[in-house]
Amino acid sequence: MKLGIVVSEGPYTHQAADTAYHFAKAALDKGHEVPRVFFYHDGVNVATRLSVPPQDERHIQKNWTALAAANDIDMVVCIAAAQRRGILDENEAKRQGKDASNLAEGFRISGLGQLIEMGIECDRMVMFGD
Amino acid sequence: MSDAKKFLYVNRKAPYGTIYALESLEVVLIAAAFEQDVSLAFLDDGVFQLTRDQSTDAIGVKNFSPTFRALGDYEVTKLFVEKESLDERGLDPSDLQEIVWEDEEEDWEEKPSIRIVSRAEMADIMADQDVVLSF
Repeated sequence: MKLGIVVSEGPYTHQAADTAYHFAKAALDKGHEVPRVFFYHDGVNVATRLSVPPQDERHIQKNWTALAAANDIDMVVCIAAAQRRGILDENEAKRQGKDASNLAEGFRISGLGQLIEMGIECDRMVMFGD
Repeated sequence: MSDAKKFLYVNRKAPYGTIYALESLEVVLIAAAFEQDVSLAFLDDGVFQLTRDQSTDAIGVKNFSPTFRALGDYEVTKLFVEKESLDERGLDPSDLQEIVWEDEEEDWEEKPSIRIVSRAEMADIMADQDVVLSF
């Protein structure tokens, strides 16, 4: 089955990004497909490459980056939500005249159309939020 | 698109205090371009999103409630509001904005977009969807 996943809460404060990660991993292990994960609301904060949690804690962004690389998952960060919260890739940083970008490897910034497209193309859409 | 999917956007939170309502509406406006069968549901504190005469002057955030009246132009014409959620909050359908859409097939007659439904009907509406996004 093709599963589309939405993460709509931020990392560490909320369990949603962890639960979505474990769900995606379990689904892939069972032979399902996870073509895309969409990060919305505070979920976009998962995609910062500047997060430095204590070493004995899980690293949520790195977990996602590794899972996506191993399984060819398209990880999309909503551009409108990301810009509000200061998540920028190099192009956006330049375009907005900012002196730094912080989007982690494996994530890309795009529009909400990608969320709708995922809903159309996947057999199930599963949302992890509050 | 002949095989349009049924998308339901469930709005459960008050319009201000958190960003969920505003960012939900942003999704709905984008979704309208994809020619899917779009419905909105308003329940719990989400019913406050549709109240009339909102003013946000004192809290310094944008009042986005007029945007709901534009949804008809995007062919988003089904706004289901749960009656029990209204009752529990002392609200009456007359406390909600008037939101209409123009029916092309009936000489552009204006029809109400808001439909008050019971909790049981809301459950049936949800069960009937292909994709449910909850905000």
